[in-house]
Amino acid sequence: MMDTEQLGQHISQQFNADLENIREDVLTMGGLVEEQITLALDALIDFDQDKADIVISNDEKVNKHELKIDDVCTKILAKRQPAAGDLRLIVTVIKTITDLERIGDEAEKIARMAKDICANRSAEFDGKLHYGALKHLGDHVRNMLHGALDAFARMDVDAAVEVAKLDDQADDEYNAISRQLITYMMEEPRRISEVLDYMWSARALERIGDHANNICEYVVYLVQGHDVRHMSWDEMQRLAKESR
Amino acid sequence: MTQVIEQTNQQPSVTGSSKAANPLADEKIAIEVEKLNLFYGDKQALHDIDLQIPEKKVTAFIGPSGCGKSTLLRCFNRMNDLVDIARINGEIKMEGNNIYHPGVDVAELRRNVGMVFQKPNPFPKSIYENVAYGLRLQGINKRRVLDEVVEWALKGAALWDEVKDRLHDNALGMSGGQQQRLCIARAIAVQPEVLLLDEPASALDPISTLKIEELIHELKSDYTIVIVTHNMQQAARVSDYTAFMYMGDMVEFDNTDKIFTNPSHKKTEDYITGRYG
Repeated sequence: MMDTEQLGQHISQQFNADLENIREDVLTMGGLVEEQITLALDALIDFDQDKADIVISNDEKVNKHELKIDDVCTKILAKRQPAAGDLRLIVTVIKTITDLERIGDEAEKIARMAKDICANRSAEFDGKLHYGALKHLGDHVRNMLHGALDAFARMDVDAAVEVAKLDDQADDEYNAISRQLITYMMEEPRRISEVLDYMWSARALERIGDHANNICEYVVYLVQGHDVRHMSWDEMQRLAKESR
Repeated sequence: MTQVIEQTNQQPSVTGSSKAANPLADEKIAIEVEKLNLFYGDKQALHDIDLQIPEKKVTAFIGPSGCGKSTLLRCFNRMNDLVDIARINGEIKMEGNNIYHPGVDVAELRRNVGMVFQKPNPFPKSIYENVAYGLRLQGINKRRVLDEVVEWALKGAALWDEVKDRLHDNALGMSGGQQQRLCIARAIAVQPEVLLLDEPASALDPISTLKIEELIHELKSDYTIVIVTHNMQQAARVSDYTAFMYMGDMVEFDNTDKIFTNPSHKKTEDYITGRYG
């Protein structure tokens, strides 16, 4: 069982510092990615091109974080040969930042869709779409990511399992939005290109939920050593409870 | 934090987590230790050790200095008999027989349970005579038999190619790594069942260390190997099972993979990750 207090108990103070820094770096990168989602959603819902541009240019920062943390992890593996909880922390970090980087890519994708929509939108189309649903899905997956990062920061398995449960709802909302958009495309074939931009945005949001779910699974691995990927939520919850 | 405290207070158990299945369920057992206590004078060095060593596998003992791992290893061929103040109770069974039974022939036991020490200790004789020594003790002096066994043992210890042209040179002229492999050749020449390695690579350079580790990997198909090591990465690399000892207690015994990725006891985790004990 791993917990946050353990990070600082190595005989090597340098190793303590390395692990603490790496954990903070992941949370910083996570915070940046959360902000990217918020900006991308605003750009999409409010037709705000400026915000879309910020998201697109910030993606480079997200990528740099990934490269830097990967590099630090590689050096720790080479120099410290971590074992047990330390090893699981490094593996978790390497995998988590891959998911965070992908979330960053999804946010960038949404920003590009937002720009596309801004450039091509037609007045009659505006009021008809269910922005509410998209915004709701967006807020939902952003909360998932926030919860996943929080569970990682506190090494809290219960919280991770609870957040993972929310992914089903994200999938349901995405499916509902798809159906609405498909109906709309059938009604308004001239607007298909525009509606597809919304479709891709909803898809990107749904993927963000999946990545947040992955991070929750890594948290269970980090704390308990169980690999709960590719199993149902019920199974995940059972395993997490069992090893308490 | 409460979880940490709870774990610290857990009673040591040889099977690791009480929920986990017996890690040795599919193994044949070569050595069975039951309720072993060892005292050096008034000081108790081993407390109620229960342990099973699987046959033809590598079992590593790890733990901080003074935790009793070398003491336990030396019980397996009764090396502690040589320490006047050492007193033992409990049983160590090999093939069902207690090796501490008064009727046991200790010389025969030690032929069956070979040992290699931290510092290479070849005799100041030729390479050939070092390997042939155990056989000569058994009264085997036929040149042809000795030649065969010496070649076989040196090949087994991955040393033959390096020394075949200078078998009659003094063994003390070899490098440390070669001397250690010679000691392993000397140990296997009498065809023991069990090989005890007490920090066999701690005095060697990294390349010689890797050769010894490679050799351990090859030898395990024929011998039950028990290794004491301070080098945790070495334990992780060479062993199938790992026992973590602390202050004379067997804290955790489990598959090496499990011990190094997800140990059950906090003490084990603290030790292998270099935390304050």
